[in-house]
Amino acid sequence: MSPLRYILEKEFKQIFRNPAILKVIFVMPVIQLIALPMAADYEIKNINIAVIDRDHSSVSNKLVQKITASNYFKLVDYNSDFDASMELIENDKADLILEIPKNFESNLYKEKETKLFLAVNAINGVKANLGAAYMTNIVQAYNADFRIQTITPGRFNELPIFEISSTNWYNPKMNYKIFMVPGILVLLITIVGMNLSSINIVREKEMGTIEQINVTPIKKIHFILGKLLPFWIIGLVVISVGFLIAWLIYGIIPLGSYFTLYLFAAIYLLVILGIGLLISTYSENQQQAMLVTFFLMMIFVLMGGLYTSIDSMPDWARWFTRLNPISYFIEVMRMVVLKGSGIIDTGKQFIIMIIYAVVINTWAVLSYQKRA
Amino acid sequence: MHNKAIIVDKLSKQFGDFKAVDEISFEVAKGEIFGFLGANGAGKTTAMKMLCGLSMPTSGNAMVAGFDVYKDNESIKKNIGYMSQKFSLYEDLTVRENIKFYAGIYGIASAVIVEKTKQLLLQLNLEKEADLLVGQLPLGWKQKLAFSVAIFHEPQIVFLDEPTGGVDPITRREFWNLIYDAAAAGITIFVTTHYMDEAEYCNRVSIMVDGKVEALDTPANLKQQFNVQSMDEVFLHLARKAKRTE
Repeated sequence: MSPLRYILEKEFKQIFRNPAILKVIFVMPVIQLIALPMAADYEIKNINIAVIDRDHSSVSNKLVQKITASNYFKLVDYNSDFDASMELIENDKADLILEIPKNFESNLYKEKETKLFLAVNAINGVKANLGAAYMTNIVQAYNADFRIQTITPGRFNELPIFEISSTNWYNPKMNYKIFMVPGILVLLITIVGMNLSSINIVREKEMGTIEQINVTPIKKIHFILGKLLPFWIIGLVVISVGFLIAWLIYGIIPLGSYFTLYLFAAIYLLVILGIGLLISTYSENQQQAMLVTFFLMMIFVLMGGLYTSIDSMPDWARWFTRLNPISYFIEVMRMVVLKGSGIIDTGKQFIIMIIYAVVINTWAVLSYQKRA
Repeated sequence: MHNKAIIVDKLSKQFGDFKAVDEISFEVAKGEIFGFLGANGAGKTTAMKMLCGLSMPTSGNAMVAGFDVYKDNESIKKNIGYMSQKFSLYEDLTVRENIKFYAGIYGIASAVIVEKTKQLLLQLNLEKEADLLVGQLPLGWKQKLAFSVAIFHEPQIVFLDEPTGGVDPITRREFWNLIYDAAAAGITIFVTTHYMDEAEYCNRVSIMVDGKVEALDTPANLKQQFNVQSMDEVFLHLARKAKRTE
């Protein structure tokens, strides 16, 4: 019987005997998958706004009502003093100041034109940008309402208006959870897989058992496979749990087939576990392995296209993301889940992942030296 | 040639400027209990690792169990057992599981493993502890178990690197009984130790000082040569010349 069988038996026993590892494998991903998508939300709510109303007219009142009626803004101050509002921004109590000038209403009626002033606290760039954009939308909508009410019907419209209407394909309601959950699932199996595999061989080094292994006639390929396969199976189990949660809690069912996703995940896991094993064969102890893994994970996650769009990165960064396995899986995940893409549509990603898996694992086998 | 288990000829290992092992030469006969002595840092462990195929020699030649250490190190591994200074069984596996795992990677048939495990547990008096995690056993028991695992696949030679470090005198005596049993079964024993009473149990001993073999003979002849009463004095006499410290 192949020695591989004995190695696998031993690895599985050790994994299931370690309560910490079990938690990392099963409890952590479940909690994260439930908690993270709730928090990692692209929509910005609760933008604190200070309104300086110098007009106190019915039009200005209505505008303020419109703003506060939306979910996005929270009125923290309503006065007529710019300095006081500026102080709120400085103390980080307000994100936006909207200034309604004197004669806002009368200018609007008499001169058909008026101005609003918006000051944005750009320390939190995302919040500020979105806040300003939401505000512009609200003002425009109000503006349109106002025109309909005041322009005499039948009369020739002096100013033509462009209006853009957009449809969100593949995610019509722009439900960010459909967008985020599959991505977070990719991150989870990556973190679990890479962490576990990277501390595995190095753990044997620390305990001294690797020497005992190296003095046996074990084949390198058997040893590496024995380390890889258990985590590969565990990775596929974790991803299944993830799909289950995505369906039960978020109602996400891929438009494409689970088969495509599993096939890609199977290859992807080989890449991730191979990277972990590589780190492990080069590290002296577990701390070293964990630090290197952490460093790599940070880069992979932040440049993986989940939190920031790869298309808007500078050229060098986009070039770099081509080396980032996470970016491929997130892309495939989204294509299959949202668009219903099949294996042929994702062929490019499949081929790249297969090459990646072969290169990394060959390297891992070669770098494991039984003799120093 | 045919009655030699180990032949070492001018074997050296260099780490940068440091010659850990400096052209050592010796032979070990089949079935012999060979004591490999030396102070800390004398190069014993490095020399032993080269013979086991764990470390690549810098120069010189060595044949272990009839195989060349450069070319055939994987064949050597099939024919030797090794027990390191560091305890090397899996603490999170049971006694039985450890035996099964190591026997399995040597390619022993599973029916044979089951049968031999039964015998071994009986011999070590570990039947009740067979399903305990190895981490729960006292050190002396662990060492005896580690030795038994190292010779489970019936190697020609077994290398023992300070196998009785930190073990009480009674257990040490029991451990040496196991070594004698193995030797009687035809296994060549290559053992390093810091206990000079253990050196007396060996057929022949070599003493390494600063990477070189300074003396090699039977304990009786060595005592005579240096005109002293015990191996302790032989050792002190030679080791005092050492310039290296750890």
